[in-house]
Amino acid sequence: MNARIYSIASNTFREAVRDRVLYNLIAFALLLSGGAIFVGQISIGIERLVVVNLGLTAVSLFGIVIAIFIGIGLVSKEIEKRTLYTVLSRPVRRWEFVVGKFFGLAGTLAVNTFFMAIGVFGALLYVAHKFAASDAFILVALYFIILEFLIVCAIALLFSSFSSPLLSAVFAFSLFIVGSFADDLRGFASLTHGITRWFVTAAAYLVPNFSALNVISAVAHQQPIAAQLILQNTFYALFYTAMTLSGAVLIFERRNLK
Amino acid sequence: MRVAGALLAPFTMSAIEIIGLEKTYMVGFWHKRPKHALQPLHLAVEEGEIFGFLGPNGAGKTTTLKMLMGLVFPTSGSARILGRDWMEPEVKAQIGFLPEQPYFYDYLTAHELLDYYGQLSGVPAKDRKRRIEEVLQRVGLTEVKGVQLRKFSKGMLQRAGIAQAILHKPKLVFFDEPMSGLDPLGRREVRDLMEQLKQEGTSVFFSTHILSDAEALCDRVAIIHKGELRGVGAVDELTSNVQGKVEIIWQSTQVPASMKAMGAECRVSGDKVRAVISERQQDAAIDALRRERIRLISITPLRTSLEAYFVEKLQHSQTTAGTLA
Repeated sequence: MNARIYSIASNTFREAVRDRVLYNLIAFALLLSGGAIFVGQISIGIERLVVVNLGLTAVSLFGIVIAIFIGIGLVSKEIEKRTLYTVLSRPVRRWEFVVGKFFGLAGTLAVNTFFMAIGVFGALLYVAHKFAASDAFILVALYFIILEFLIVCAIALLFSSFSSPLLSAVFAFSLFIVGSFADDLRGFASLTHGITRWFVTAAAYLVPNFSALNVISAVAHQQPIAAQLILQNTFYALFYTAMTLSGAVLIFERRNLK
Repeated sequence: MRVAGALLAPFTMSAIEIIGLEKTYMVGFWHKRPKHALQPLHLAVEEGEIFGFLGPNGAGKTTTLKMLMGLVFPTSGSARILGRDWMEPEVKAQIGFLPEQPYFYDYLTAHELLDYYGQLSGVPAKDRKRRIEEVLQRVGLTEVKGVQLRKFSKGMLQRAGIAQAILHKPKLVFFDEPMSGLDPLGRREVRDLMEQLKQEGTSVFFSTHILSDAEALCDRVAIIHKGELRGVGAVDELTSNVQGKVEIIWQSTQVPASMKAMGAECRVSGDKVRAVISERQQDAAIDALRRERIRLISITPLRTSLEAYFVEKLQHSQTTAGTLA
């Protein structure tokens, strides 16, 4: 990573920390510890299942909300507040700015996820009293969640490069929801015919496939995750993120900062 | 006096050379109606000078600066800065920019802000700390270097803006309305700083609509109005245009009849009288005052002020527009 991208990423991370974004960890900790205690009291034999499901879903949702709400303002807020003027009047290329912002947000989410993961394992230990070998797959689920965050960050950044924060939020959330049902959309495409089939298939493959990245339920049921899926998801998420970021850069490179 | 499209003498390197830079925005619901923010602009700013870019609000000053900074893309034309294409990142390492009414990352302290900008400008880590201390001292922010910018007043933000513009020792600085929001003392300090920069060999290009600042500071000025360049010239030339009249001030509460007979335009203010007469009548007027035993205070040739030149250029354009209409 070049020095300018690193500086922009560090500053983005610092902004998130000073804007008290990591305070969400307190809410997460309260939710998880409360949930663990409650589950420990009412469930018999499925404590592990409930805690893993609850914990990983919370990690995913908290992260998605942060990714979208910070991501949608990453570029547009800088234009609106004119902080961008003194950055781009320096030897900083526009693509470096976009990529630096992306890494800053991705770094924030990675740190956030790290602490939340500790919380998940803590809650699991509390209800199950010991770790099982299959709990290692929780790490895979967390890895997929981080891949999901990378895609969402890039999407939010893409919308932020040409749209207002409000519209960007609507677009990004919509895309996240549609992407969560990408597999269903592909199934629906196979049931249609003619131009509709072509159109639905194109849409199904264009939207991010978040359903493939969601292995929370499998992990909660202590099912193993295939190495091939890990490779496929890694390649898919990195490719989708790179393409989306390229789109954001292409738009931002041509934008007049009035 | 130079005019638009000013040519440079051979072998002289310009700090800025603007070649037909033009900006047209498409406005309206369908983006079909053109609005000319800047007509093709030709302008050259030489190295080491303080150049004032003057014009009323909405004249096109900020648009020009934004195009030079690469923030807005021109419809046509180009520019060279310090002898190189203005879009090259290497050029940007040698320039500083203070935007109009600057706003910075308010969660940072002044020191952190400058450290960040130092990194982006490529100032080596070993020099950065020293440079930051130097510029903070220079703009008078040393005492508050650890305070977050959200607690800064408008004047303090302006100082922070100037600090970030000169932190990396640029060869050329662009200031967009640098006196905006400053009190008289602050304006004086900024003027002193700009003069110091000039003495250090830095070229200064600044936009303003405060003509007294431009007259006091600039070697040359350009006047822009409604996106069109109206005139360019050295301030000395523009203001040394003696109109063949002199101003005489003497101590009295009355105007002697002999002065009235000369057709002098007189104005009594307290115990002083100020009269404007033609240069040819100067000796006769002095003799007349001596005869009346009146104490003469001063005789000054009348000069055209920059303000008068500015107003003339603006009125000329309005008259032309009216005639054409």
